Amino acid sequence: MSANRVAVVGVGQTKYTAIRGDVSLPGLLREAAYRALDDAHLTMDDIDAIVVGKAPDFFEGMMMPESYLAEALGAVGKPLFRVHTAGSVGGSTAIVAATHVESGVHERVLTIGWQQQSVSEAMWALSFPIPFQQQLVAGAGGYFAPFIREYMRRSNAPEDIGILVALKDRLNALKNPYAHLHEPDITYDSIKESFMLWEPIRYSETCPSSDGAIAMVLASESAAEASSAESGVPPAWILGTSMRSEPATASGRDQINPDAGKECAADVYRQAGITNPREQVDVVEMYVPFSWYEPMWLENLGFSPEGEGWRMTESGATQMGGDLPVNCSGGVLSTNPIGASGMIRFGEAALQVRGQAGDHQVDGAKVAVGHAYGGAAQFYAMWVVSSEKP
Amino acid sequence: MRDVAIVSVAQTAHRRAAEELNEVELIQPVIRSAMDQVGATIADIGFTCSGSSDYLAGQAFSFVMTLDAVGAWPPIVESHVEMDGAWALYEAWLKIQAGHADTALIYSYSKASPGDLPRVMSRMLDPYYLGPLWPDSVAYAGLQARAMLDAGTITEAEMAQIAFRNREAARNNPNAQVVGSASVDELLAAPMFSDPLRVHDCPPISDGGVAVVLAADDRARAWSDRPAWIRGIDHRIDSHNAGARDLTTAPSVAIAAERAGATGAFDVAEVHAPFSHQERLVVDGLGLGDDVELNPSGGALAANPMMAAGLLRIAEVADRIMQGSAGRGVAHATAGHLMQQNLVAVLEGDS
Amino acid sequence: MSVDPTEDRSVSVLPDGLWTQPVADVPGGDGEDPVRRLTVPAAMRYDYTPGLAQSRFLRGLAEKKILGERCPVTGDVYVPPRGVSPVSGLRTTEQVEVGPSATITAFCVVHIGFGVNAPPTPFVSALFLPDGAAVSLYGTMGEVSHEDVRIGMRVEPVWVDDDQLTTSMENIRYWRPIDEPDVPADELKGHM
Repeated sequence: MSANRVAVVGVGQTKYTAIRGDVSLPGLLREAAYRALDDAHLTMDDIDAIVVGKAPDFFEGMMMPESYLAEALGAVGKPLFRVHTAGSVGGSTAIVAATHVESGVHERVLTIGWQQQSVSEAMWALSFPIPFQQQLVAGAGGYFAPFIREYMRRSNAPEDIGILVALKDRLNALKNPYAHLHEPDITYDSIKESFMLWEPIRYSETCPSSDGAIAMVLASESAAEASSAESGVPPAWILGTSMRSEPATASGRDQINPDAGKECAADVYRQAGITNPREQVDVVEMYVPFSWYEPMWLENLGFSPEGEGWRMTESGATQMGGDLPVNCSGGVLSTNPIGASGMIRFGEAALQVRGQAGDHQVDGAKVAVGHAYGGAAQFYAMWVVSSEKP
Repeated sequence: MRDVAIVSVAQTAHRRAAEELNEVELIQPVIRSAMDQVGATIADIGFTCSGSSDYLAGQAFSFVMTLDAVGAWPPIVESHVEMDGAWALYEAWLKIQAGHADTALIYSYSKASPGDLPRVMSRMLDPYYLGPLWPDSVAYAGLQARAMLDAGTITEAEMAQIAFRNREAARNNPNAQVVGSASVDELLAAPMFSDPLRVHDCPPISDGGVAVVLAADDRARAWSDRPAWIRGIDHRIDSHNAGARDLTTAPSVAIAAERAGATGAFDVAEVHAPFSHQERLVVDGLGLGDDVELNPSGGALAANPMMAAGLLRIAEVADRIMQGSAGRGVAHATAGHLMQQNLVAVLEGDS
Repeated sequence: MSVDPTEDRSVSVLPDGLWTQPVADVPGGDGEDPVRRLTVPAAMRYDYTPGLAQSRFLRGLAEKKILGERCPVTGDVYVPPRGVSPVSGLRTTEQVEVGPSATITAFCVVHIGFGVNAPPTPFVSALFLPDGAAVSLYGTMGEVSHEDVRIGMRVEPVWVDDDQLTTSMENIRYWRPIDEPDVPADELKGHM
């Protein structure tokens, strides 16, 4: 028994920004959904099911908001499904949407990821002061910074690798009109001199807090080919999808290079027939909320031997002109509506192999990887998309 | 389509407040029981999916800790829905249909007792026009009961009879929270709680959980002498806007039922109707006749652990099929206020 | 098809036929400012309970003891315990006192104040592996310059005064160095 083929035939994004005060929550989602449907040359009537995902409900102060959004998403009378897997949720949601089609149960599925981080106080939403639990008095960065420090110790990486990542991603963002942060004046020195938050993480090496939504239309083989014939844009065929989870704390767990991430990558490459990811993958969108996670994930996802991911960053291999461009969109470092961030990675991978990435297009990209992670670096979601039908 | 069956089910005893337990401790024995019944370890499971709600727990990412109860080491293929576990089962069923897994573990739970449930539930409503008014979930359900009474689709006496039948049936359910009922006349003599709802029309507030193991084809037969095959499953949603809906119907029940192939005769039906009048909506939507045994567990009026009560309905039907006391059954789960979202599953044993 | 993200895409300007629902005729502005924000305070009260294992742990803290619980399969001691071993999924029942001495397994230097009880900046937020435990506890360092903190450094908890002890994580005010040789950092892998 193998899965039915499925492809991305439409991608739509909102402009990402700190506060989208000009639209309601339904308006925000519809903006992304319309664009994805337009891209696919389909209408809401053509959609069989809607799969949505976002991070914790406390962000918007709404419990299970999808029930309120049913009409805005054109879901009345249809299946509407809600995924929540922490920070990886955007990726997981896209995978659940793909499963809807792979199963043969649905033909065309609309999937949407979003977050309106401006609506509530994020620190409140993320960490209630529950008296008997361990308190993170240092915020999310304070959780991940110790693991970055340990990576630096193990790998003996030069101290400025994080600065190089941040500079690359923020400059890439200038080529992406949807990106939240557009900082044309950013330089190596301005990042280096930016405020140290969680040493070794500086302000300019940290993701922003964004409002925004992304939508994709996924379709079965016949539906994808029909849509593509209408739109004139090739589908992004999904060659593989994978999810892995592991406990937040476990004896033997390595938070720096987690097994769940390694296994997720190995699984998705196996499905896609990739034996040498560095050679066979043309472009990667990976979830890098703090600069140093680029070299860490390069190793975790098998693009580099352990301890040497930073060499790829340092050599320029991950720049747009390099042999493995990473986060040409500007990545999470430039845009972070948390519940959407994973799906943006997946959607940007699809844009690349469809040749739709505009100024941040990698010439001739045929195979792209989308990656998301969440929780205590314990939840992983990945897919591989290709311009060529499997 | 692959043949996919429920091969084991387990549930907690449901009670008002599982005060002494955290959520991991609440759900772990249930997961263990469902796995032990088929002799499975987590390594035998191809996909794990759970359902729970951060708002009920009063914690962001509350499901993360509960993953400890599974023993996700080495790493597992796993997902989570912010929905009732019935939808987690739907995701697992799709995963198996797609050939990505042959087996699945599904669990869902809530420990709603730390918060004020009717008030928490109001956070689910339209944030611009309804949320700021803080309508509690009982009053909101009362609007629907009033609409049905005024339309003549139900009477207060019929509502009391529904409550009576469910709670009397719960005498045979060792896990039920509210067991037994005063007579219908006595129920009708009680004062209004949230007019036109009396206390007996309302579900209890429950802490509890449920776990189910799914398996496909030969694996299902190896794990169970009498698997409860899922012959059809579908879910649909209606409008959120109470003012734009005819509250006396739940169209999505009928659509889901049709898509799931829920026609013909059933030995048993378990429907998820938290408020007495809502049972009528489901029965009508499913087109159930008088010949079906309806809610032998007592339904949500006997125990209503949020996020689990829907999957419990499926588990109750599956259990009867696996035990051999039923041949074919239909299960229904609901989500949202006013029966907004509905899932229907048809289960059947080998004849 | 590329889309200009700055283009006005409100319902009223959608091309005909792309959306089958009738398009509402949104009245033009009458010069008043649009409503941009609606603030709805959402105060809710939750009375949390910690569960069996965490209750045992908290009672231990009230006696200045750090009580972990053992995985029945691997023998590893988890702290703080949540009642179930995260690697086997089985109940932990055997309580094991760990620490109080501990080793820093990871840390960062925090330069911004977060949370209700954050110390003055800069401070060291760290993971502390109590002797005998398999995983680390969160906490902050005191009585040392942040420049002198190292992975592998040996530390001990500094408790609140005896008359302040409650069943609370806050009984440990912070951790401070002790005069013992560092643990090689590579031995701490897998115990963060």
